[in-house]
Amino acid sequence: MNTKILKYILFELLRNKFIILYSLILMVMSFSIIYIGQDSSKAVITILNLILFIVPLICLIFGTIHFYNSKEFIQFLLTQPVNRKSIFRAEYLGLSISLSLGFLIGVGIPVMFYGFLLSGMYLVLTGIILTFIFTAIAFLSSVINKDKVKGIGLSIIIWLYLTIIFDGLVFLIIYFFNDYPIDKFIIILTSLNPIDLGRILMLLQVDISALMGFTGATFQKFFGSFIGMAISAVFMLLWIFLPLAVSLRMFKRTNF
Amino acid sequence: MIEIKELKMSYGKSRALNGINLSLEKGQVVALMGPNGSGKSTLLKSILGLVIPQKGKIFVNETDIANNYLYRTNIGYMPQIANYPENLKVKELFNIIRDIRNGSKEKDEELLEKFRIFEIYDKYFGQLSGGYKQRVTASIAFLFDPDILILDEPTASLDPLSTEIMKSKIIDSKNENKLIIISSHIISEMEELADRIVYLLEGSIRLNMNIKDIKNGSGERLGKAIARVLQSN
Repeated sequence: MNTKILKYILFELLRNKFIILYSLILMVMSFSIIYIGQDSSKAVITILNLILFIVPLICLIFGTIHFYNSKEFIQFLLTQPVNRKSIFRAEYLGLSISLSLGFLIGVGIPVMFYGFLLSGMYLVLTGIILTFIFTAIAFLSSVINKDKVKGIGLSIIIWLYLTIIFDGLVFLIIYFFNDYPIDKFIIILTSLNPIDLGRILMLLQVDISALMGFTGATFQKFFGSFIGMAISAVFMLLWIFLPLAVSLRMFKRTNF
Repeated sequence: MIEIKELKMSYGKSRALNGINLSLEKGQVVALMGPNGSGKSTLLKSILGLVIPQKGKIFVNETDIANNYLYRTNIGYMPQIANYPENLKVKELFNIIRDIRNGSKEKDEELLEKFRIFEIYDKYFGQLSGGYKQRVTASIAFLFDPDILILDEPTASLDPLSTEIMKSKIIDSKNENKLIIISSHIISEMEELADRIVYLLEGSIRLNMNIKDIKNGSGERLGKAIARVLQSN
């Protein structure tokens, strides 16, 4: 029953012009970066940096707007003999799968076309996990706020915090506590930011320590590549399930 | 059919429902009336499970509706304004609803035919006017032949012809021994359709009487009669 509602929500979203546009922009971007012609791992890193910027932003903004626009439809579905959990799940999966497909086509095709097989696969994987994470966060911020403008505002603030402010804070901490053994602390801090986790997951694979930054280097030193990747992947999964669990709990109690 | 006991609900500091007790039997049309903000929508939405009341219980066909959803199989609902995803086809909406009900067969396609929904089956909701969307919503409410119909301002955005189709459908359903609850502002329409008036004011029921008893043979218009009874209470 779940999968059937999901199917139609997915159909509907895949016809959405915005998702098609998103996919096209990613594709043009990836092709041009590769075409400009640096060596392959540098091109992958450049694409990665853009993805870490764009994917969270698009998922947060589009996810939040989509949730508010679907409110009347969700309300309609809730008057049918179906429980709230199924509808929430269908809405979430519908949105994150369609955004992931947009991403897969937009970035996956160019990367595979030029034959970056392994690093390309990790790049796509990172992007898809980030899509699932930030769609979950978008749902959380929509469920918290009844008002659409506040919800979108909160999403923008979360994005600003995770992409810009967080890095600044980590830098400050490293700068001031340079003399102390803070490696472990930095690892814990990093797990608090899914974007950083995505970067580490990717960079440990590509293995360019120079581009890894402090947190990445610490991760590698501490865990070695494989375990480091496994740990960041686990933390990223937590970043999907925690916001989802909280928002589902709130969604069950929402008065429509 | 529907039994409401000591229902209380507030949003933040503002009280929406103030201890509602109401019992509604089948085979009648109940008009739920009252000014804006009197709690009509909250009451209807509580019956549907869209609003979760803080206190009190609601029984539909003797089942407590708290943490239950299957009872909604027996309820058809038509909201005041329905909005569907732009890129969804009308046909697909019907498929979703069929799938939710595990492929149970439509039993009552009368409105589907009279509102000529089949003609727009392949259109996207983004292409439809508000009136058409409302007609789709109406036909869905009646589609599975539910025992209870909850209609929130059903004729508000319908054209005159559709309004008449809707009215006769409501009367037919009543004669099929169903319970129809209508929330409406249009007194003349309720005079025509309803058997009973439930009047809400500031979250409390101020009046719950049969139209016959309200008028009491006085030959007044319904609006005037309601005002007289409200004043004398």
